[in-house]
Amino acid sequence: MKTLQLNSITNFKFQTMKTMKTMKRCSMYALLAIAMIGCSDDDAAPLPVNEEEVITTVILTLTPESGEEVVLTAIDLDGDGPGELVTTMSGSFSESTQYQGAVRFLNETETPAEEITDEVLEEADEHQVFYTTTEGLNIQTTYEDQDSQGNPLGLQITLTTGAASEGSLTVTLRHEPVKPNDGLDSAGGETDITTTFDVTIE
Amino acid sequence: MRLLALLFLLISSIHSFAQECNNTLNGTLLDIHDGSVLTGATIVVTQTGVAAQTDLDGNFTINFLCESTYQLQISHPSCSTKIFTVTIQGKTQKTFKLEHHLELLNEIIVDGKTTNRATKSIYENLVDQQTITTYSSGSLGDALNSISGVSSLNTGNTVVKPMINGLHSSRVLIINNGVQMQDQEWGAEHAPSIDINSVGSLKVIKGAGALQYGGSAIGGVIVASAPKVPLLDSLYGRTILSSSSNGLGGVVSSSLTKSYQNGLHVSVQGSLKRFGDFNAPNYNLSNTGVFERNISAKIGFNRIDYGVEAYYSLFKNEIGILRASHIGGAEDQVRALGSLVPTIIKDFTYSIGNPRQDVTHHLGRIKGFKDIENIGRISLQYDYQQNNRLEFDIRRGSNSGRASLDLVLDTQTLTIDVATEISEKLSAKFGVVGGLQTNYANPETGIRRLIPDYDKYSFAGYASGDFTINQKWVLEAGLRFDYTHINVFKFYRRSFWEDRGYNSQFSDLVIEEYGNQLLVNPKLDFYNPSLTIGTKYSFGLYKLFANYSMSSRAPNPSEQFSEGLHHSASRIELGDLQFTSETAHKISLTLQKRGERFDFTVSPFATEIDDFILIEPTGIRQTIRGNFQVWEYRQTNAQMYGLDLDASLSLSDNMRFVHQFSLVKGYDKTSNEPLISMPPASTLNSLVYTNPGFKNLSIAIQSNYVFRQNEFPNTNFEVVLPESIEYIDISTPPAGYHLLNLNLTAAINPDMKVGLYVNNLLNTSYRNYLNRLRYYADDLGRNITLQLKYNY
Repeated sequence: MKTLQLNSITNFKFQTMKTMKTMKRCSMYALLAIAMIGCSDDDAAPLPVNEEEVITTVILTLTPESGEEVVLTAIDLDGDGPGELVTTMSGSFSESTQYQGAVRFLNETETPAEEITDEVLEEADEHQVFYTTTEGLNIQTTYEDQDSQGNPLGLQITLTTGAASEGSLTVTLRHEPVKPNDGLDSAGGETDITTTFDVTIE
Repeated sequence: MRLLALLFLLISSIHSFAQECNNTLNGTLLDIHDGSVLTGATIVVTQTGVAAQTDLDGNFTINFLCESTYQLQISHPSCSTKIFTVTIQGKTQKTFKLEHHLELLNEIIVDGKTTNRATKSIYENLVDQQTITTYSSGSLGDALNSISGVSSLNTGNTVVKPMINGLHSSRVLIINNGVQMQDQEWGAEHAPSIDINSVGSLKVIKGAGALQYGGSAIGGVIVASAPKVPLLDSLYGRTILSSSSNGLGGVVSSSLTKSYQNGLHVSVQGSLKRFGDFNAPNYNLSNTGVFERNISAKIGFNRIDYGVEAYYSLFKNEIGILRASHIGGAEDQVRALGSLVPTIIKDFTYSIGNPRQDVTHHLGRIKGFKDIENIGRISLQYDYQQNNRLEFDIRRGSNSGRASLDLVLDTQTLTIDVATEISEKLSAKFGVVGGLQTNYANPETGIRRLIPDYDKYSFAGYASGDFTINQKWVLEAGLRFDYTHINVFKFYRRSFWEDRGYNSQFSDLVIEEYGNQLLVNPKLDFYNPSLTIGTKYSFGLYKLFANYSMSSRAPNPSEQFSEGLHHSASRIELGDLQFTSETAHKISLTLQKRGERFDFTVSPFATEIDDFILIEPTGIRQTIRGNFQVWEYRQTNAQMYGLDLDASLSLSDNMRFVHQFSLVKGYDKTSNEPLISMPPASTLNSLVYTNPGFKNLSIAIQSNYVFRQNEFPNTNFEVVLPESIEYIDISTPPAGYHLLNLNLTAAINPDMKVGLYVNNLLNTSYRNYLNRLRYYADDLGRNITLQLKYNY
């Protein structure tokens, strides 16, 4: 058993000096060891991640039996980045007209753009597109497609206009909603897309 | 045992009264080698037969002594028994030292002895093995919650992140068997990767005084140590079986140790924890199951003046995250907050679906020491850790089985410490630490990296010493310097890079351009000094600890590089490349009284943190997915102060009343707003009945009252939906709540113990301000746990 009992000042000095020396040596070794493990500078620069599931673009095309087609587009190319969401409308709706509607979801961060609509269609049971309007806007939508369970899906719709009016139309894509449901409020699930267009009927 | 001794003391004191002997001896028992305190030693006054035991601080008290000379026989399980002669004159205080052979051999290498103080001038809170055992089916955070001033930031009830006096994450260092855990601790929803069943003792140092562990411990240090191995030829083990009603699951944990008198020892330990969905009082908490598997092994060879030890542990934990908490933007938030029950409730299941976390942590360590005459003890430690964190979100199609986050953090550290006793009164410690850390974010996730790839080099040196002036005063001081170099490869969105104006400031950092993404290579250096100075003053039954410490912390990768949607928080989080280190100044005081019937510890503290990094909402961003609140990290000056109180009163030989109270206040000094997520005041009161004579029975009724947090920054916001304007209240804290718990333990025989623990006895519905899932669901309902512990 070795104990470290030092009584005299000389001993103390001697010891501190020795400790210092050993310390110095030890830190040299430590530095060396770290340098050895640390300095392998063979890091290849990482590759960018292309986000495959991101939806950057929503295109709702409404085609009347006769007359002008209406195209509503929402584009947000940087997803949740600070870039602005841009919505455009090719024109206004006509009064008392029936339009065949088809909605597309795209990922335009990839070239060519990825058709997310196909994924939604593939997993129709787990998705539903909702169309909601503000009060006073004379628009009614009905579902024209169904999932395998016979519940509405919403990639294909019929949109019927009434008298001239103004308001907004919101397109919402829900992932894993409760199906069947009585509409957006009771559907639950997670919102993948929700984008609002200001529209007019003339 | 202690109670018996107390009883004995009381009986004999009646006798003493008759002689009008009214003197008290307050003693402290120390290890002659390193001055660490010896707990559980028995002191017998040979003339009278009066006995006492040393407490956790190595202190004992013998009352009603006459003014004369006594012989004290002091014995400790791992020391040779020794007789001391002591002359009593009035109130007498004396320190005794024992030769602590056996323990010395085992403990030095195990490090972080339960009783070895890391600091002299900061009061350290301990959780002993027995208390830890009661949390065998919980987590490290749950066990730490039993300490006053320690709370937790929870994500559900299985992700429990310890918080010391209101600070958490990178501000709290966790030392596991001598190794500083590097387990992506920056994330608020990342719990420490430690198996509670592998821990023999826990120590909490509130503040940055323990410089050997690190300089960035603005909040404090948590030291978890493995149980000690005795130096005997022996084979022993322990198995814990526990089963709980809430979550319909349980834990099996076993350990086996073989030790030899020549110093060789081998131990293995493993545990398995499995729970299905937990439940709140009124509904099932869907997708909250947990599946944890751990194993650890240790082999060592310890002699008195040298030793080596190798340790390895594997921690693997799969945790389900409440399904209803995974939501889209503000529109979904309106729905979730408006609903009294979770928006998704399914039937109970053991299967863990998405969202979930899957964390694997490997820790390996080799340590050796050698005593060198005239220098002291030199220890060398190398450790390697790998932390792999997988997070799975709700995704579409072929991606649904793919992790959204896949980070691998590798850390290597080399430490050299020298501990030297310059004289009986002056001891010192020096050390150097070098580290290398690499973070790899797997691009296969198909989701932009949350934390970028980086290499981090760190180097630190420290020196600390303490000087015992006399029986009453001990002085302590320490210095540390940390240097960190971090080499980062980060992909920025071009839009963010320009929006922040980085394009004009840091254009030279851009090394590659890929469409709308830029690869940027910042190389950052941080220089962080820290220092501590303090004193301990002992007088009579009291001790006063006073400490000032300055510590500084380099910003973590999440604070610097966050840039995007944080799904589990339903918000966009933005870091800042330009952050500087934060610096904290803390003054802490502790007054401790160890009386015969009444003990207390009161610890007020005050902290000023310059360049404190916090995250707060700054606006709403409209995206194609809806509206999201934007939270940006920001640096400010913060101020925190508070008080922790512990008291214990013996009501009778078998009955004890235990009280705890914790209070912390935190303010942003620039905005004069309270800081977010500060723990509300809380009080814990227990009535404990123990009867060592009858099956070592112990019954405790515990009342836990958590006040409502009345001080919080208002981060509520309005969101314009097509048909309405909704006000989203995400900041108002939930109401205060009261929980009643019942703990019952008994020994069927000396080797077999049973425990019955009932938490939330009254099945109270409540929400906890510090639970990140409080917006979506109530906290846990009643839980009855039956535990069987068998030693062999």
